[in-house]
Amino acid sequence: MSETLPSDAATAGHGGSGEELIRVDSLVKHFPVRGGGLISRTVAQVQAVDGVSLTIGRGQTIGLVGETGCGKSTLARCIAGLIPVTSGTVTFEGTDITNLSRRRMQPYRREIQMIFQDPYGSLNPRRRVGAIIGDPFAVHKTASGAERKRAVQELMERVGLNPEHYNRYPAEFSGGQRQRIGVARALALRPKLIICDEPVSALDVSIQAQVLNLLADLQQDYGLSYLFIAHDLEVVRHVSDSVVVMYLGRVAEAGPRDPVYDAPRHPYTNALLSAAPAADPDAAARRQRIILSGDVPSPINPPGGCRFHPRCPKAQDLCGQQVPPLEVKAGDPAAHVTACHFPVQAGEVLASSGSTGGQTR
Amino acid sequence: MSLLEVSDLRVSFPTADGVVRAVRGVSFNVDTGRTLGIVGESGSGKTVLTQTLLGLAPGGQVSGRAMFDGTDLLALRPDQLRKVRGAEIAVIFQDPLTSLHPLYKVGWQIVEMIRSHDKSVSRKQAAERAVELLARVGIPQPRQRVSDYPHQFSGGMRQRAMIAMALALTPRLIIADEPTTALDATVQAQILELLMDLQQESRTALIMITHDLGVVADIADEVLVMYAGRAAEKAGKHDIFYAPHHPYTKGLLESIPNSSAAGDRLRPITGQPPSLINLPPGCAFHPRCAYVMDRCLTEEPALAAVGADGEHRSACWLPVAAAGTAGDAEAIRRRAVEQNRHEAAARIAAAIAAAPESEGSAIA
Amino acid sequence: MSISEIQFQAQTVEETGAAAGIEGRSQWWLTWRRLRHDKMAMISLAVIIAMAVIAIVAPAFAGLTGHAPNTVYPNQGLSQSGGPVGPGTHGFLLGTDELGRDIFVRIIYGARVSLFVGIITTVIGTTAGVSMGLITGYLGGWVDAVLARIIDAVLAFPYVVLALSLAVVLGPSLPVVIAVISFFSWAAISRVVRGQALSIKEREYIEAARSLGAGPWRIMFIDMLPNLIAPVLVLATLSIPAAITFEATLDYLGLGVQPPTATWGNILAGAQAYYSVAWWYLVFPALALVITTIAFNLLGDGVRDAMDPRTERIFAAGRARKRRKQAAAVSSGGPTTDPAAPSAPTA
Repeated sequence: MSETLPSDAATAGHGGSGEELIRVDSLVKHFPVRGGGLISRTVAQVQAVDGVSLTIGRGQTIGLVGETGCGKSTLARCIAGLIPVTSGTVTFEGTDITNLSRRRMQPYRREIQMIFQDPYGSLNPRRRVGAIIGDPFAVHKTASGAERKRAVQELMERVGLNPEHYNRYPAEFSGGQRQRIGVARALALRPKLIICDEPVSALDVSIQAQVLNLLADLQQDYGLSYLFIAHDLEVVRHVSDSVVVMYLGRVAEAGPRDPVYDAPRHPYTNALLSAAPAADPDAAARRQRIILSGDVPSPINPPGGCRFHPRCPKAQDLCGQQVPPLEVKAGDPAAHVTACHFPVQAGEVLASSGSTGGQTR
Repeated sequence: MSLLEVSDLRVSFPTADGVVRAVRGVSFNVDTGRTLGIVGESGSGKTVLTQTLLGLAPGGQVSGRAMFDGTDLLALRPDQLRKVRGAEIAVIFQDPLTSLHPLYKVGWQIVEMIRSHDKSVSRKQAAERAVELLARVGIPQPRQRVSDYPHQFSGGMRQRAMIAMALALTPRLIIADEPTTALDATVQAQILELLMDLQQESRTALIMITHDLGVVADIADEVLVMYAGRAAEKAGKHDIFYAPHHPYTKGLLESIPNSSAAGDRLRPITGQPPSLINLPPGCAFHPRCAYVMDRCLTEEPALAAVGADGEHRSACWLPVAAAGTAGDAEAIRRRAVEQNRHEAAARIAAAIAAAPESEGSAIA
Repeated sequence: MSISEIQFQAQTVEETGAAAGIEGRSQWWLTWRRLRHDKMAMISLAVIIAMAVIAIVAPAFAGLTGHAPNTVYPNQGLSQSGGPVGPGTHGFLLGTDELGRDIFVRIIYGARVSLFVGIITTVIGTTAGVSMGLITGYLGGWVDAVLARIIDAVLAFPYVVLALSLAVVLGPSLPVVIAVISFFSWAAISRVVRGQALSIKEREYIEAARSLGAGPWRIMFIDMLPNLIAPVLVLATLSIPAAITFEATLDYLGLGVQPPTATWGNILAGAQAYYSVAWWYLVFPALALVITTIAFNLLGDGVRDAMDPRTERIFAAGRARKRRKQAAAVSSGGPTTDPAAPSAPTA
C-alpha cells in the first residue's frame, strides 16, 4: 500500500543546499465515512492520502500538483499538523513530529506555516489587519504592545502593504492585498517552511504574478522552503525546483522540475501537461491533446492496482492487478521516479483513451 | 450582417454608494460558426455584458443596441426575451449547480426545457431527445443517467448536462460564461474539446467569457479584451497573442508564468483594477500603465484600427505601429512616451517604476 | 461581473470611502451609519432612551408631582365614593388606583424594575448562552451531545411551573425573578450561537488560527466571538422585551416582585378588579408595557437589517426599480438611457 520514494528523490533541485528540512514517510490519511442512524459507525474510509513519501530540502520549493480529490491539500494539512495522520511519519529536522499534542507541536508551528488559497476566507473579517498579522506573536507570546506593533508594521512593509493600514479590516483590501496579509502572517515567526495551498488560484493573472514575485523574493531573503500546492501547471513550473504529481492519494511521478516537465513518464502526467491551457494559439493548435475519459474515481472505493488504470490510454491487465512501484525508470536521472508499469517513452504518442470506465456516480 | 451585432452597450447599476458603471460603451459582432472570446479580470464587466443581452442583469440601466438576427434584444419585453433565451441563445454558466435544479431529475429538466418552448413535442419525444442529447455530450449510459439527480453527477458531468440542456433547442448562439473555471485541467480539456466539436458540427456562434488566456488561445477566433467596462483591444486571436497593442493586453500576456521563463521574475501589472464607481479620468488603465502619456490622463481613447486589415483595434493613444512584443515595437512605444510625457504623467510613470511590485499604494 | 461583485464594488467604495482615513471603519461604524437611515429604529431608540432616562431619574419626576410611589393619598386621590380618580384630577396626571396612589409615579417607578430586569437578565442570559453555544459548537463531540440535550430540555421546560415552585420554596422576590428569566433566556441564544459556531469553525481563518498554534479558548473567544456579535446583538435586543413581558407576567401572577413595590405587572394585577370603573388604571401601565416592548422589537429589527448589508442593497435595488418604472412610464416604455453615462465615442 505504501510506496517509498528513494531517499534523495524530490530533493535534488536547482536552489537550496539540498540539506533535508522535512521528510514525509509513507504517509496515510483515511477519513472515516459515518453511516446515518442513531449510533453512527464507520461504514467506509475515504482514502485521501495513501502512502506518500517526499522530502523537502532547505531553501527549496517542491511543487505538488494534482486535480481535485488527489489528496494534495490533505497531505499539506497532515504535514502542518492540522489533522491527525492515520499512519506514516513526518520528520522535521530529524525529529518525528507526527501526531504530537498541541502543546508539544507548538515549537514546530513556528517553523512550519501555511498560506491559504482563499484570500477572503482565510482572514477573519471582524479583526483588524494589525491583529491578524500580530496573531502569531500573541499566540507564541514572543512580542507584545509597541514591540508587536512595530514588528507587524515591518512585516506589512516587507510584503508590500502600507504599514499605516494597520488598523483596517480585511474587507478594505483587494484580493491581492489580502493574500499579502496572509503572507505577512505566515512570515511573522520566521518559519523555515511555508506550505502554500493554492496561494494564487483565486487571484487574477496580473495580481497572481505580483504575489509569485513576492514569494520568490522572500525565499531568497530568508532562505525559506516552500511546499507549493497548485493545480496550475505553469505556475508550479515557474516556482518549483522539484515536482510531485499526485493522483487519487498516491504519487504518480516525482522528480526535478525539468525532467518531469520535459520528459514525463507517467501517462497521467502526460495527460495533465497536454491538457493545461497555454496562452499561445500556435502551440495550442500544434499540441496533441490527450483527452482522458471519465472522471477521477471516488477515493472511497479506489480502483485496485494502479489507481489510474481505468482512465489510462496504456492500461493493460497487469495495471489492474498490481500496484506499480515508484521507481527510477531507465534513462531517467536518479531523482526522477515514476509509478507506472508501462512508462511513456520519448517520442511516444498517447492516444485518447477509449475506455468508458472510471465514471463516478 | 452578423448574427449578433452589439453597439455602444452601456450598463450601470445604481447602488446606495453610487453608480456602478459596469459596461461603458462596448461594441462587437459575432458571426455564425465563429467564436468570440471575451477576456477580462474580475470587475471588467465581461459577465454583466452578456447577462444584459439576455435580460439576466436585473436592476441595471441599459442603453445601446444588440441586434440579434434583426431584432434588438434590448428592446424586447421580458416574455419575448424568454422565448429567445434557450431557443435562439443558450447560456452555459460557470457553476452548473446553480442552473440545474437540485430536486428534479436531469432528464426531466431537459424535457421541460424542450416542452416549455414547443408544446407540440410530446413528453415521450422530448424524453427520447434528452437521451440523445446526453449521449451527444458524452455522458455514458445516457438512458440510465437521465433519471439521475444533478448531485449524482460529477462536476464535469454536470457541465456536460448543462451543455446538453443548452443544445436542446438547437440555438444559434451559445454564451459560455467561464464554463471550465471550476473544473480540473483534464476535465476542462474534455469540455473545450466537446464545445469545439459541437460548434463545428452545428455551425453555432459561440461567445466564450473567461479570465483564462489559455482557454481563449485554444478556442476563440476573435478576442475582445475588456478592462474597467470597456474594450481595451479587439482582434483576431493571433494578433492579440503575438501583436498586442494595448499595454493592458501586453501586461496580461507577460504576467502569465510561461515555460520559457521558468524561474525568472514575472512581470506583473502594477496596482489593481479601479473601482467601477470611482473611475480614473482619461484612460481607465493609466494609473497602472508603464506607457502613460499626457493625454491618457484626460482623454479616454476609443477603439481605433491599428492593423492593416482594420480588424485589429485598440483603445490606446500609443502610435498605431506600436503593436507587438518585439524590440522595434517597444522602441516605437518608448519614443512616443518620451515625446508625450510631462509633469503629471511623468510622476505617475515614476511611481509605477518605483514600486513595480507593490499594489499597496493604489488604495491610499 | 456578477451582482455580488457589484455589491463588493459598492462595499469597497463604501469602506475605503472618500476620506480613506488611516483608521479602519469598524463594523460598528457601518452599522450605525445604516441604522441612522432607519426611521422606525431611530424613533424606537429615542423612545427607549427617554424611557431609560425617566426610569433613572424617577425620584426627580416624582418630586415634580409631589407624590411618592407607595404613598396613599386618600384625600385627593380618591373620589367621594372612595373610588380612584381619573387622569388630571387634583394633580394626578394619569389618575390614581384604588388606594389613592399616583399611577403616573407608579408607572415610572415600575419602568425602573422592568428595564433593570430586562437588561440584567439579558446580560446574564446572553453571556451564558454565548459561552455555552461557542463551547458546544466548537468542541463538538460528546460535550456538544450532552449540552445540546440540556438546551433542548430547558427549552421544553414549562417556565411557569418552575417559577411557581421556586417562588414557593424561596419566596417570591426580585432575585428569584431574575434567576428564572435568565435561566429561560440563555438556551435560545445558545442554540443560535451553536449553529453559527458550527459554520464559523469550518472557515479557513479558523484553520489559519489553528495552524499558528492557537488553543481552543483563544479560537473561541478571540477568533470566533467577534463574528458572532451581529446575531447575538440582534438576539439580545429582542430578548429584552421578552424579559420585560416575562417579568410583568410573573408579577401579575404574584410570583415575582411583591406589592406594594410598583412594577408594571403589579399595577396591572391591581387593575384587574377596577378597570371597569377606572379605565386609566389598566390602560396606562399596559401602554407603557406595549410601547416599551414594541420599541425594543423595532430597534432589534433595525439592528438586524443594519448588521446585514444585503437588506440595504435590496432596498436600494427596489428603489432604483421604482425610479426606473416611473421613468419608463414617462418615456413610453423601453429601456431607459443612463443620463450619467459619458458620451465617449466608441467604435
